[in-house]
Amino acid sequence: MSGPLLQVQDLSVTFDVAHRGSWPWTEPHKLQAVKQASILLEPGRTLGLVGESGSGKSTLARAIVGTVPVSAGRVLWRGADIAQMDASERRAHGRHVQMVFQDPLDALNPRMTVGQIVAEPLLTHMPDLSKAQVRTKVGAMMERVGLLPALVNRYPHEFSGGQCQRIGIARALITEPELVVCDEPVSALDVSVQAQVVNLLQDLQREMGLALMFIAHDLSVVRHISHRIAVMYLGRIVETAGAAELITNPRHPYTRALIASVPIPSPKAERARPRPVLQGELPSPMAPPSGCVFRTRCPIAQPDCAEASPPLTDLGQDHLVACPHHAEP
Amino acid sequence: MALLEITDLTVSFDTPDGVVKAVNGMTLALDAGDSLAIVGESGSGKTQLAFATLGLLARNGRAGGSVRFDGQDILNLPEDKLNAIRANEIAMIFQDPMTSLNPYLRVGEQMTEVLMLHKGASRRDALTESARMLDAVRIPDAQARLGMYPHEFSGGMRQRIMIAMALLCRPRLLIADEPTTALDVTVQNQIMQLMADIQRDFGTALILITHDLAIVAGSCRRTLVMYGGRVMETGPTDDLFEAPSHPYTRGLLNAVPRLDVPQETLRTIPGDPPDLTALPSGCPFSPRCPASHDPCSSLMPPLEGFGSGRLRACHAAREAIT
Repeated sequence: MSGPLLQVQDLSVTFDVAHRGSWPWTEPHKLQAVKQASILLEPGRTLGLVGESGSGKSTLARAIVGTVPVSAGRVLWRGADIAQMDASERRAHGRHVQMVFQDPLDALNPRMTVGQIVAEPLLTHMPDLSKAQVRTKVGAMMERVGLLPALVNRYPHEFSGGQCQRIGIARALITEPELVVCDEPVSALDVSVQAQVVNLLQDLQREMGLALMFIAHDLSVVRHISHRIAVMYLGRIVETAGAAELITNPRHPYTRALIASVPIPSPKAERARPRPVLQGELPSPMAPPSGCVFRTRCPIAQPDCAEASPPLTDLGQDHLVACPHHAEP
Repeated sequence: MALLEITDLTVSFDTPDGVVKAVNGMTLALDAGDSLAIVGESGSGKTQLAFATLGLLARNGRAGGSVRFDGQDILNLPEDKLNAIRANEIAMIFQDPMTSLNPYLRVGEQMTEVLMLHKGASRRDALTESARMLDAVRIPDAQARLGMYPHEFSGGMRQRIMIAMALLCRPRLLIADEPTTALDVTVQNQIMQLMADIQRDFGTALILITHDLAIVAGSCRRTLVMYGGRVMETGPTDDLFEAPSHPYTRGLLNAVPRLDVPQETLRTIPGDPPDLTALPSGCPFSPRCPASHDPCSSLMPPLEGFGSGRLRACHAAREAIT
């Protein structure tokens, strides 16, 4: 197996938002949730996606899974365009890409038992399995994610948050996917449980050769689990590089600000941390600033930033940054 | 004399599943102008501790022990007496700013209501003071903002409004319950900075309730770690982070991924948060504790002093010294 698993080329997602009190035939506002995003994911690797809320990271993930319509650009799975697939190919493709959601309890049907929840993807993707085979598979998967198989007839409300997230992971992995998209999988969990789930995902990745797309707003967790990180701002990918390179040698002023904002759990280091560089909040995606979208909050903005949207340029070693005035190392 | 003195506080709730014991004998003291962080995971009882202090427990909740504010016992006071203390003496900021603001009322109305009710201010004076306070929490164009509704503000702005409202009556104690959990890191940074400035400028004592050890490191002089409704460890923030004494504190610090120090695998605390309807008779952390041994599950270790101004409740840590 060679070549990238997933290739996203110039992907844009636009939502229609009606004007307040408008007529049904008036042209709606366009909300550009993702604009010209390109990513590449190799088998067995982890891509971290970070950004503030409203940066479009969840929308990008959903477009890749296929739950949000793509407005422009292409999503290639092993070189094949997902948009060109017919219904049955599309269904077969669903087996390879699974998702783990943020709120572990909300993502599970309260009226189904854990066994039914974990087995459900098999009904769609492997309908030929006998009941006994399904039962064995479910039992093995529950054990793998650290749940007692004896709990198979319990309901989600009988489990803690961390256990519910394990159920969500078991459900995602039961079809033996090649890519699992995790949308803020640990944000709702306690610190001690968060570490358990992060370690579990890493173990499973090693064992099953999974590719992961890991979305989180917590840069420390993303750095820990990812091989590569892409930073998003207002729908655009502004910088992408290897995880260690991005954290130790950030070039885009937004990445720098994001890293500088992360508090450090050590009083000495925390006092030495340079203080806020970023004022204000994300502008409205309905009316993004002209040119570079970050210029309204950028500490090094120049007059020419308002003119054209800067393209991602390669600085070598696969470090791409979308800022012509980026800081030299 | 300490500004706030909580002694042997217990909070329990009668539920169909049995009695939920949220707080089980908490003791703490806070001086005027001082800052204390209460750190704990979900189910540690940190929020119920604050609610009991302000008389905000749900109807099926019961509180015991004593809470003395400025020498006066305020636990289980009748509503009208509590109302005189709330806002005037102790104010609280809640986690989710959207659900704590009334969506039907303009921000100005919600703010002036506080001053008119508690201070008997005229509408005009209340509006002027509200605008000044919005200015103090760095909301630009404060005068015009008073006429806006909560949904017209972003999350960070709403939290600033909550802080401004809490400060309107110049309380001597501010309790902030997870004030930045719903916010992005960049905005969290701004809010924590604001809280530090406010505390300095107004001389308010601060209790910061959070699960996030990282924001505690830079913001509070003292830290208290809670688990299963009990104090596990407390002391000056610097010492507690530098040399954590309780196994739970150590576990928490190890489990946090750090941006400045890369780790191979995260060290975890095995097991799940405690079931508050069936706590062990001894230390609530004993089922998950790596140092757990004979007396731990049956006998709660006493909270005893060590070092300079530090307290901890742990059999293993005490035996390691003697």
